[in-house]
Amino acid sequence: MIEVKNLSVRYGEEKFVALTGVNLTVPTGTVCVLIGPSGCGKSSLLRAVAGLQSAAGGEVLVDGLPLKPTEKKIGFMPQNYGLLPWRTVRDNALLGCRIKGTIDSGTEARLARLLAVLGLKGMEDRYPGELSGGQQQRVSLARIFLMEPDILLMDEPFSALDTITREDMQEVFLSLWRKQAVTTLLVTHYVEEALYLGNKIVLMASHPGRVTDVMENPLFGATDLRSDPAYFALAGELRRKIKETRGA
Amino acid sequence: MKKIWSYLAGGIFFTLLWWGVSLVLSLPIVPSPWEVVARLLQTFTETVAIHGFYSLWRIMVGLLLAILLGFPLGLSMGYYPSLDRYLAPLVYLTYPVPKIALLPIFMLLGGVGEAPKIIMIFLIVVFQVIIAVRDSIRAIPAETYYPLFSLGASFRHLFSEVLWPASLPKFITALRVALATAISVLFFTETFGTQYGMGYFIMDAWLRVNYLDMYVGIMVLSLMGLALFSLLDAIEYRATRWQRKG
Ligand SMILES: Nc1ncnc2c1ncn2[C@@H]1O[C@H](COP(=O)(O)OP(=O)(O)OP(=O)(O)O)[C@@H](O)[C@H]1O
Ligand SMILES: [Mg+2]
Repeated sequence: MIEVKNLSVRYGEEKFVALTGVNLTVPTGTVCVLIGPSGCGKSSLLRAVAGLQSAAGGEVLVDGLPLKPTEKKIGFMPQNYGLLPWRTVRDNALLGCRIKGTIDSGTEARLARLLAVLGLKGMEDRYPGELSGGQQQRVSLARIFLMEPDILLMDEPFSALDTITREDMQEVFLSLWRKQAVTTLLVTHYVEEALYLGNKIVLMASHPGRVTDVMENPLFGATDLRSDPAYFALAGELRRKIKETRGA
Repeated sequence: MKKIWSYLAGGIFFTLLWWGVSLVLSLPIVPSPWEVVARLLQTFTETVAIHGFYSLWRIMVGLLLAILLGFPLGLSMGYYPSLDRYLAPLVYLTYPVPKIALLPIFMLLGGVGEAPKIIMIFLIVVFQVIIAVRDSIRAIPAETYYPLFSLGASFRHLFSEVLWPASLPKFITALRVALATAISVLFFTETFGTQYGMGYFIMDAWLRVNYLDMYVGIMVLSLMGLALFSLLDAIEYRATRWQRKG
C-alpha cells in the first residue's frame, strides 16, 4: 500500500509551490491513475513517492514505512524514460536486475521474450540515441517489467507511442500486471487510458498543484471498453471534471 | 578502416615531401628519409632503444600518476559542489602557471634524477584531467541518476553505470591534449642532468654534428607520440561507441 499524507513539494529559492496538501492511498495490488493538466505536479508527485524529490511537508509511506530503495524494488519509469545513453538496449533493460543483483540463468530468456513482446527484437545492441522516442519508451518498460518490482511508478509510460502500439502496450502492461498484481501509480493525459488502466482515478489541478477528486473506476481492465455504455458515461464525467478544475 | 587508409596516405605524402625537400636542398642538415630509416634500423637495438625506453617510461609513470590522482579528485569535485568550492580556486590559481618554469626548483629539490622529469609530466597532465573530469560530472543532468537512485544503487554501481561512462569522452580528450604538451616538455627536461632519453639523444647528436642520428631521434620521438595517440584513439573508439550515431 502506498500512502501519501498531506504532501507538499516546493522548488527553488523562491519555494515555488508545486504540490500542496496531497492525500492519496493506493491499496496493495491496485492501479491508481493520476490525471490532470500539464504542470499540475504529476511528475513531482511521482518523484516524491519514489524518494527522488524531498518533501517540503507531509510524508510518503509504503506498507506503513518510509520508502527505502535499497529494501524495496521500485519500478520507476520517468517521463524522459531514464535510459542511460552509454548503455545498449540490452544493458539498459537489464539495469534493474543488475543493480538488484537478480540476474540468473533464466534472465536472458525472459529478456528475449519481453523484448519480442515489446517489438524490440533485433535492437538489443543499439544505443538509445539510435532509437525513436517510442522505442526508447519501450526499452524503459522492458527494464521495469523485467525486474518484477514491488511497486510501480510510471510517468506517462505510453505517451510516445502511436495509437495501435499504445493499445498493444497497455495490453502487455495489464497482462504483466495481472501476473504480479503490483501496486501501481501511473500518470496519464488520456481519459481513455485512465479508465482502462486505473482501479482508482485521481484528478489533479494546478496553481497550486493539488488533488481535486478521486474516482473509483468499475471499468478497470474491461475487455471491450468502447462498446460498454458505462464507458461513455464515465468518460464524459471525467472530461467534465477535468474541464472544471481547469476553469477553477 | 577508411580512417587508417587516410592516415597512411598522409604519412606517404609527408615522407615524399620530406624526400623532395632533401633532394632540392641536398644539404647534410636535411638527410633523405630513406637514409634516416636505414640508420634507425641499424642503430635501434644498440643505442636508440634504451633512450626510447627511458622516455616512454617517464611519460607512462607521469601519466599514470596524473590519472590516479586527477581522476578521483576531478570526480569528487564534480560530484560534491562543496568540495569544488574549496578546491576550484586552488586549481584555477595554479593551472595557468607555466609548469616548465618550475623545473629548476624541482631539480634543486629532487636532484637531477627521474623525479623532476616525471613530476613535470604529472603536473601538465593532472590539471587537464581534473578539470575535464569535474566538468563532465557536473554536466550530468540530475535525472540521469534517478533510475539508479530509485533502485537503491550503491556508489560502486553509480560509478560504473553513470560517473565513469559520462566522464570518459572528455577524460580521454584531456589526456590527448595534455600528452602533446607533455612530450615537448619531456624533451626539454631530458636535455638536463641525464644520459638517457630521446631528448638527450637528439641534443647529443646535434652537439656531435651527427645529423643522421639527430633525425633518427626526432623520428623515434615522433613515432612514440603517434603510438600513444593511436592507443588513446583505440581506447576511445572502443569505450565511447555510444557517441557515434548510425
Ligand atoms: N526541478 C524543478 N525546478 C523548478 N520547478 C520545477 C521543477 N520541476 C517541476 N517544476 C515546476 O513544478 C510544476 C509541476 O511540474 P511537474 O513536472 O510535476 O508537472 P506535470 O504535471 O508532470 O506536467 P506534465 O504533464 O507537463 O509532465 C511546474 O510548474 C514546473 O514548472
Ligand atoms: Mg510530468
